[in-house]
Amino acid sequence: MSGKERMGVDRSADGTGKNGAAACHVSALQLYRKYLQIQVQSMMQYKTSFLLTAIGQFLVSFNVFLGVFFMFRRFHVVEGFTYSEVLLCFSITLMEFSLAEAVARGFDTFSGTVRKGEFDRILVRPKNEIFQVLASRIELTRIGRMLQAIVMFVYGIAESQVEWTFLKVLAVIFMLIGGTLVFAGIFLIYAAICFFTLEGLEFMNVLTDGAREYGKYPVNVYGKRVLQFCTFVVPYALIQYYPLCYILGRDSRWWYLFLPLLAPVFLIPCYGLWRFGVRHYASAGS
Amino acid sequence: MKKYLSFFRLRFSMGLQYRAAALAGIVTQFVWGGMECLVFAAFYRADPSAFPMRFSAVASYIWLQQAFLALFMAWMMENEIFDCIRNGDVAYELCRPIDIYSMWFCRSMANRLSKAVLRCMPILLVAGFLPEPYRMRLPVSVLAGVEFAVSMALGLLVVTAFCMLVYITTFFTISPDGVRMTAVSAVEILAGSIIPLPFFPDSIRRILELLPFAAMQNVPFRIYSGDLSGRAAVNGVLSQLFWAAALILAGKLLMRKAAKKIVIQGG
Repeated sequence: MSGKERMGVDRSADGTGKNGAAACHVSALQLYRKYLQIQVQSMMQYKTSFLLTAIGQFLVSFNVFLGVFFMFRRFHVVEGFTYSEVLLCFSITLMEFSLAEAVARGFDTFSGTVRKGEFDRILVRPKNEIFQVLASRIELTRIGRMLQAIVMFVYGIAESQVEWTFLKVLAVIFMLIGGTLVFAGIFLIYAAICFFTLEGLEFMNVLTDGAREYGKYPVNVYGKRVLQFCTFVVPYALIQYYPLCYILGRDSRWWYLFLPLLAPVFLIPCYGLWRFGVRHYASAGS
Repeated sequence: MKKYLSFFRLRFSMGLQYRAAALAGIVTQFVWGGMECLVFAAFYRADPSAFPMRFSAVASYIWLQQAFLALFMAWMMENEIFDCIRNGDVAYELCRPIDIYSMWFCRSMANRLSKAVLRCMPILLVAGFLPEPYRMRLPVSVLAGVEFAVSMALGLLVVTAFCMLVYITTFFTISPDGVRMTAVSAVEILAGSIIPLPFFPDSIRRILELLPFAAMQNVPFRIYSGDLSGRAAVNGVLSQLFWAAALILAGKLLMRKAAKKIVIQGG
């Protein structure tokens, strides 16, 4: 019997079995830690697979990096951004995305959860369903991508001649928090749609993988309309372009620093859609 | 020959069934293509003199890439083939009175072709009516059109033959993950699907053009827009011919070697 299956049994016993009543009193944080522990254990049963997936993640985004690298061998600026500034932008976007994917991967694979009827199991347990979906899948293989992002980030800092101040460091932290939440929100929409379609919509890739791919350049590179879309519809620009301008000193408006904190407002409609989906959930699978 | 043709037909009509998936794919690819165009436009504005191709050629390249994604993307490999090697079902295939290499080859080609047929037309059509400079144009000349068609077919052969090598390697490694991942990443960057080959520095480009990866999408897409013409186009097609033959030969040899001491998995 594989480690994974054994863990699966343990996990359901934890939530619904004789420990059910006790589980209500366990704090969410403790429970999350427990879930994490179980998943690390089950992952360690498949060390090679873990390693290969992590390397795969690395290679995919490394290719994107190579594209940027070679473009800048030929061109020296794009929309006034230099190579190291673009890398700074790319690395922060990639970190935001990797963090969101590591934490919210449960939503990304949600179509499977719905189709196999596993969501029923989640509904009967005495904990919030979003929490359970989040905890059910913590994807540590994204470390591959994260590692690359960190290397690029360090290089970007070293080369871009930004004069770091406390507020600028704060801006980066805000970007990471806001960005992770925005990407998590998109994963949430993706999952909510699965309630109706039972299948992930390929189109949503534009908003997730697409945003990661094209987040390598500051949003205004794509022109005014894309910038407007990314400001008012899906707030990518709030977590990327505007605070970046602040950090690089390209814009003197100090309040750009706080825009990433405004971005999570986006989560409200995402959550609304999710609630709507849960209410209309008709069990599938057997 | 007839049996391989029928394998081809079977797969092809099976692939045509997935119309909803194709529609979703079309919309996605359209957005990706659009974003790609905008990036290159931004670089063009930054320094037109450093641009190695005409902008219209780049726009056509991008739209062709999106429209014929299924033909040339190495990551669209068939999980069925990997699975049947890993779980031992390949034993049944080996019992059949057919050449397994040719069968898989036909199947993969049909799969790619059916996906591309469903998706290419709407993308090309809409891209043809976009405002300048993002518009997809017609081939620069009739000759270029003919060369493009020939080169597309050869490119498909090269991609399929390359994927066959990856499938067959699985006979030796059992788990496809490692080889598959490395191969796919290598193709992505080296074939010019991330940035077209002319955008690489010249010294690197000269090496890349000698590799089989350049014989995939690089040649047909650049012939189409006239970026490769005359002597260069003919040379490109010849290199495709060479690589198609070489990779198929290598695949058949490797297959024969694998078949000699096949280990059937599972039970």
